[in-house]
Amino acid sequence: MNASIESDVTVDVIGETCPIPLVEMRKAVMKAQKGQIIEVKGTHGASKKEIPMAVRSLGLELLNEETEDSGVWHIFIKK
Amino acid sequence: MKKATIVVHSGDLDKLMSALIIGNGFLAMGGEVTLYFTFWGLQRLIRGKLSKAPLSKMNMLGLGAWLMKKKMKKAHVASAERLMSDFKALGGRIIACEMTMEVMGISKNRLDETLIDEYGAVGMYVNETMQSQLTLFI
Repeated sequence: MNASIESDVTVDVIGETCPIPLVEMRKAVMKAQKGQIIEVKGTHGASKKEIPMAVRSLGLELLNEETEDSGVWHIFIKK
Repeated sequence: MKKATIVVHSGDLDKLMSALIIGNGFLAMGGEVTLYFTFWGLQRLIRGKLSKAPLSKMNMLGLGAWLMKKKMKKAHVASAERLMSDFKALGGRIIACEMTMEVMGISKNRLDETLIDEYGAVGMYVNETMQSQLTLFI
């Protein structure tokens, strides 16, 4: 799965709840170099909607979002 | 840059959690955040006391707080300690109110100074607030 986009950094927040997925995404973005791709994968429903909102307010690029049948979602962000 | 200033007046665990969750969310979405600790909120800045706090409701001599921590752990909610460390890692600022430190009988040497960016009074709070789009009193 997700072979379509190769990420430089993966943030695994499976099982984590508010506000940790947002916080860990932000930390990864802070550490990443410009142009790098960050994959965030998690299970918290609200964060799946909120991370794209954060991506917009941070002025980053949302490359893709996918959700597996198991409920695990993957969000790809370009810094 | 959007900015939030939150007054942490309460020393209750649930209210501190709210302040830290909102603060972290705001930082994560690209804003700047200042937490201004005053009155009972200052007790949470005493070394080792961040989460040694009562609940605002149904504390039942500490039993309620213990149960709440247990339930939060079960629901994978981050601890106050983790939220505080994330808050600092994302660049959140903490101001401790000097005037109320005196009123509450809390001296600087009891506070966890690694958390505190500045000591200030109402002028500093107002100055922060005037530059903020969001201000909350918790």
